[in-house]
Amino acid sequence: DIISTVEFNYSGDLLATGDKGGRVVIFQREQENKSRPHSRGEYNVYSTFQSHEPEFDYLKSLEIEEKINKIRWLPQQNAAHFLLSTNDKTIKLWKISERDKRAEGYNLKDEDGRLRDPFRITALRVPILKPMDLMVEASPRRIFANAHTYHINSISVNSDHETYLSADDLRINLWHLEITDRSFNIVDIKPANMEELTEVITAAEFHPHHCNVFVYSSSKGTIRLCDMRSSALCDRHSKFFEEPEDPSSRSFFSEIISSISDVKFSHSGRYMMTRDYLSVKVWDLNMENRPVETYQVHEYLRSKLCSLYENDCIFDKFECCWNGSDSAIMTGSYNNFFRMFDRNTRRDITLEASRESSKPRAILKPRKVCTGGKRKKDEISVDSLDFNKKILHTAWHPMENIIAVAATNNLYIFQDKIN
Amino acid sequence: QDTQEKETVSPERAEEAKLKAKYPNLGQKPGGSDFLMKRLQKGQKYFDSGDYNMAKAKMKNKQLPSVGPDKNLVTGDHIPTPQDLPQRKSSLVASKLAG
Repeated sequence: DIISTVEFNYSGDLLATGDKGGRVVIFQREQENKSRPHSRGEYNVYSTFQSHEPEFDYLKSLEIEEKINKIRWLPQQNAAHFLLSTNDKTIKLWKISERDKRAEGYNLKDEDGRLRDPFRITALRVPILKPMDLMVEASPRRIFANAHTYHINSISVNSDHETYLSADDLRINLWHLEITDRSFNIVDIKPANMEELTEVITAAEFHPHHCNVFVYSSSKGTIRLCDMRSSALCDRHSKFFEEPEDPSSRSFFSEIISSISDVKFSHSGRYMMTRDYLSVKVWDLNMENRPVETYQVHEYLRSKLCSLYENDCIFDKFECCWNGSDSAIMTGSYNNFFRMFDRNTRRDITLEASRESSKPRAILKPRKVCTGGKRKKDEISVDSLDFNKKILHTAWHPMENIIAVAATNNLYIFQDKIN
Repeated sequence: QDTQEKETVSPERAEEAKLKAKYPNLGQKPGGSDFLMKRLQKGQKYFDSGDYNMAKAKMKNKQLPSVGPDKNLVTGDHIPTPQDLPQRKSSLVASKLAG
């Protein structure tokens, strides 16, 4: 099924994917094994479970998709792993735990579970724990439902490890992980008269260190930073980030391509990154009037906007991610291409995630799109790009140079060459 | 001074002209509330709960008549079950080009 979200956990040992069918698949990194040195770093399936099912809203006669929009891990506090997964309407907290021991020698029942006849029991014994084949169980621990009228696009776990936010097109809610029957509305941009609607919320995230700060992006290309200490309802922002636009270059497409599809804080908490249709921008939280860095992802698409509007590709929502040290950023494009930018050297590279171009353990060859004139060998022309092969979801290991790239219904995991 | 001035049209403007030529009724402001309202609805599929439950009950007795060639047509016996619902297009409804 089509992968709709990819996320590493805090240690990078687990990688979760959600798909359009409401399923979650978790991969685990293999431990170092002297007898099989190449298996270090390989991710194998650890657990698979059905997180969401299709639902029907009887009141509005609407169908609610089971597609997983986002997965976010909670920091690990004990042997079990916890993650939040959400579809358009409902967020669920899942506990993934291992069981590798089983008790044997019960007094009141047989090994196969049948109750023993009490009159037959002549002696008491203490059950003993015996090892068993590893079993990974996923169980839903909390269901956070009925708090969103519109479609949930983001969830973000707070640095206090107690609360999280969920954002839909017009509202952002604050939840406590232990409380499912109540959530607090912190942002509401719904106008009294829907005819006056001018923008929607596209993404939201908590600051990695300051538990009172979060940001949300809009379809108009702006980002608002809010401080929950200043007021209960954060309709008034503390900071407003917008790059001034050249009015002479405005066109029918300007607002659509400026819509921000993803916003991510850097690990340091000093910067944030936004993805709009054609570029990725890095913002310094201390400077609101323009980004400090702008990277062109696929500028050659600017002269194709008409057809991209007709086939709806102009509305594709690409995500972006930082590497562990915030020195590099990555985002996807079309034709199963994805782009990586080194912030220090300013070098960028285009790579392809497809079966034809990559064999296991082979080194990826850089790709190049030819924009005009003569096409060199190995280059691909803009008109040959496959716009159905889009890489919307990518993730970077929190510490190492390992990346996960979702190409429609395939997951690719790449890592730095090991000597 | 007879130099011909070349009008440098930005690629975006050129694309806009192309779109307007194809669809002359296209509204001026793409960011208007109609546009966003459609975005909020995201092409949701409607279903009739009464028909759905009746169909579910009928299925216990006999095989449901299969969905006709037009899967979007949803009436009476042809209400699909969750398994039969066609893939939803995640984009705006078709009328965006009609303005």
